[in-house]
Amino acid sequence: MDDLLSDFLTETNESLAELDVALVTLERTPDDAETLSFIFRLVHTIKGTCGFLGLPRLERVAHAGENVLGKLRDRSLTVTPAIVSDVLAAIDQIKAIVAGLTATGAEPAGDDTALIAALNATASGEQPAAISFDDGAVIPPVATPTAPPPGPPPGPPAGPPAASIEPKSPEPPAQTSPPAAAAQTIRVTVDVLEDLMTLVSELVLTRNQLLQLARTQENGAFTVPLQRLSHITSDLQEGVMKTRMQPIGNAWNKLPRLVRDLSHDMGKKIELTMIGADTELDRQVLELIKDPLTHMIRNSGDHGLETPAERRAAGKSETGTIMLNAYHEGGYIILEISDDGRGLAVDRIRAKVLSNGLATEAELAGMTDGQIQRFIFRAGFSTAATISAVSGRGVGMDVVKTNIEKIGGTIDLKSTAGQGTTFTVKIPLTLAIVSALIVEAGKERFAIPQLSVVELVRASRGEALSSGNSVIERINDTPVLRLRSRLLPLVSLTELLALGSADRAEDSAHVVVAQVGQHMMGIIVDRVFDTEEIVVKPVAPILRHVTMFSGNTILGDGSVIMILDPNGIARASRVGAGSESKLLRGAQVEAHSSADKTAMLLFRAGENQRMAVPLGLVARLEDIPREKIEMSCGAPVTQYRGKLMPLIAIGGGIDQQKPTQPLLVFADGDRTMGLMVDEIVDVVEDNLDIELAAGRPGLLGTAVIGGQATDVLDTGYWLTQAWQDWFRSAPRQGTKPGQPHILLVDDSEFFRQLTVPMLGAAGFRVTAVASAAEALALREGGGMFDAIVSDIEMPGMDGIQFARAVRTEGAWARLPVIAMTAHSDTDTARLGREAGFTDYVGKFEREALVASLRTNLSEPAHI
Amino acid sequence: MTTNVLERPDQAPAIEENQVLVTLTVGDQLCGVPVLAVRDVLGEQTITRIPLAPPEIAGSLNLRGRIVTAIDLRQRLRLPPVPAGQPRMSVVADQGGELYALLVDQVSEVLSLDAAAFERSPPTLDKTWAAFSTGIFRLDGRLLVVLDVAKLLALSVEE
Repeated sequence: MDDLLSDFLTETNESLAELDVALVTLERTPDDAETLSFIFRLVHTIKGTCGFLGLPRLERVAHAGENVLGKLRDRSLTVTPAIVSDVLAAIDQIKAIVAGLTATGAEPAGDDTALIAALNATASGEQPAAISFDDGAVIPPVATPTAPPPGPPPGPPAGPPAASIEPKSPEPPAQTSPPAAAAQTIRVTVDVLEDLMTLVSELVLTRNQLLQLARTQENGAFTVPLQRLSHITSDLQEGVMKTRMQPIGNAWNKLPRLVRDLSHDMGKKIELTMIGADTELDRQVLELIKDPLTHMIRNSGDHGLETPAERRAAGKSETGTIMLNAYHEGGYIILEISDDGRGLAVDRIRAKVLSNGLATEAELAGMTDGQIQRFIFRAGFSTAATISAVSGRGVGMDVVKTNIEKIGGTIDLKSTAGQGTTFTVKIPLTLAIVSALIVEAGKERFAIPQLSVVELVRASRGEALSSGNSVIERINDTPVLRLRSRLLPLVSLTELLALGSADRAEDSAHVVVAQVGQHMMGIIVDRVFDTEEIVVKPVAPILRHVTMFSGNTILGDGSVIMILDPNGIARASRVGAGSESKLLRGAQVEAHSSADKTAMLLFRAGENQRMAVPLGLVARLEDIPREKIEMSCGAPVTQYRGKLMPLIAIGGGIDQQKPTQPLLVFADGDRTMGLMVDEIVDVVEDNLDIELAAGRPGLLGTAVIGGQATDVLDTGYWLTQAWQDWFRSAPRQGTKPGQPHILLVDDSEFFRQLTVPMLGAAGFRVTAVASAAEALALREGGGMFDAIVSDIEMPGMDGIQFARAVRTEGAWARLPVIAMTAHSDTDTARLGREAGFTDYVGKFEREALVASLRTNLSEPAHI
Repeated sequence: MTTNVLERPDQAPAIEENQVLVTLTVGDQLCGVPVLAVRDVLGEQTITRIPLAPPEIAGSLNLRGRIVTAIDLRQRLRLPPVPAGQPRMSVVADQGGELYALLVDQVSEVLSLDAAAFERSPPTLDKTWAAFSTGIFRLDGRLLVVLDVAKLLALSVEE
């Protein structure tokens, strides 16, 4: 008998015993909705598992019983002894079948039509008749709770019922009769283990208190026994912890069958590879990941893998592979679920995102494929269009993500078109004991899980006293910290938790740098104490709505302390206040840190804010007399070079007092627009590394430019304010045949965002990718372009290597490849030309890029 | 109001025998809770404040390794806060497997009271008090309000 079946029988026998009791209870208290739904769940589970295991007879009986129970549950039938008898009859029949199953390993033959008909009649509201069926007795109206079905006669094929605790028990001791549990393992209810754990935690705390007492009293008499007690306590704690650990394979053992059935139903060839099944983790965590895991495997098989025909067409082997890989890393278990299927269809996700209103087209245009793919984790992203019998149950990836986050885990995905998708789940080993940093804010102590703490920084709240000290700076009351020339958003714990006003008298503070997902933030606290191993206990139900806490615990000194949830803090504070796309964009922007220096135009606008825009994007700077500004349709315009030019003000307020108005003029073909600013400050060369994603339209984010926090202008946004169709018109005319198709390779999202519409406006069709690897994947996929524009400085494969790869082989070997770089020194240029670049242009020199493209494509000046 | 009074007999809790109550004072009022609802009586405890919690929640305390949520009965009954420095006691009750400590001014003796001395709360009783009490015992010279522990602890549902 296989493990699955024996597990099922054990579970079902337990459920059946409970069912008897519950049904009798129900008869006595017919209005008890709780008992009713408990019964319904049990029968439903039996039915569900039967279908899964391929036990049709059992399933039919259970299904008929479930129908009746369903009617009772939704109150279309009322509980009467007659109905309870019917259900009991069904359960007795289930017992008979289960007994047969235990004895022979197969469903006994038999006819249940009379029973099912009677149950169906009951369900449809007809007066139930006393039921009799061929191989059972007439069931008395009230059955007393009976013991679990008697064990079958000892027979060779019988397996042990209770093998679930010891998964690797070799050959099942088949000769013993099943109800006698195997000697090596016993089933212990989880409650007993949990109680033990609680007791041990208390013991540990008492031990700690004793040790503290002993330390202060130099009395030798207790020292030795106390030490012994301490050791034994530690061993005991470890031992009890071990009882809760189970190999992750326990959560996997139903998967091979699932995949087999899946491949059968879908007509696909699927191979399941499982690596690291003996990786151990807390059983509580194990239980919690079972469902998300099953769902993801279903998804991979259903949506991820192609049919054999499709795979053959794509040049892959007919058999698709789903791989599960588990391993320890730090205090976490990493679980990878990967398939070698078609990958996530970015186009379809994009369309879905648009139609569900999760993001605007403009926002999407600025996202990488990876960011768009992550939309499948968003609530409201229903895959309704692709629902199938296998995986479409309204349970989306957002539920998977929520469930994983509930246990302090994270999930991410990587998908390459045509090559497959990999989901990476990171979950903590145990939820019971974590190492935590104890901090103080507003005179209260809190614990922060050590796992999310990256580093501690001591900072002063006031002005920098000495240059070496970090200072908490404020941008319009939002605290930030410069950490190794990057801006770190800060959250004051005192303010966030409303613990009274921050203690300004104390000048020095500590910043706990925490990692939340891919995002970094700093939590300002007053003091930092030690780290302690803490036993996480859930907070009382009436406090569950305070999402800032993941639990509470008792410290060694016996005091109660709240455990902070960095995820909750990020959500509650401005760091994560934005939508996920912004978070992701922020993370993305943070992730790349290009060494390129860019010429930036600094100016002041809005509420006298310091802003910057890449100089290459600005056509001209003008200072026009105030009286030259006219109004047209309620909007300011000016006559500029014989044409009307719309004027847009940043932040609305224009100083009417000044005699002249400084303008940044953006031009494209014969279209121009003027951006009204307060003052043009300077042009500087600096790195453009956007540290904080912007919370409002019109800004890309904040960067450190010239040593100061500066808002970076989202040019695209302002252009569309002037000409709503600024970007759209070009691609539309661009659908003309023969329009050159450009491949743009640049790791900077910001730059792609600028360049794609700009090239589009110049009459090119543009496909943008974020890395050389993605570009080469397009080549492998048969993509064809007229020219390639590539960045030089890129993580992974850089532009030089990319150019070599393009030139070496493949269909792109003869294409013009234009490099964009900030380093236009001759050495780099020579290296580039040797690697195969056709031409070199400076970053942000749009005219030069367009000119170079036109020359190299031998196109006439006007397309 | 008249209809209310007329309807009350049906809703009144049926008390036939003596009730055993733990007596306690909140503000100046003598109150009682059924002795069976009480798991522990505690003296002054160190209570950890819980930020962002409802005002009725005074914090949490450690009861032999279990974390107990402390509820300030004065806050709950809309009474003025306790004068600073005055030690308080608490009565620990179980609700759905969770322990809660009701912070009161003073816990006194356990009384067995004759059902004959029991009366329903007068309809004119303050709404807050009416919601949290099941009735009143007439004692010699004093009145004792019987508190409904389940309702006192039903914080999240009601707020």
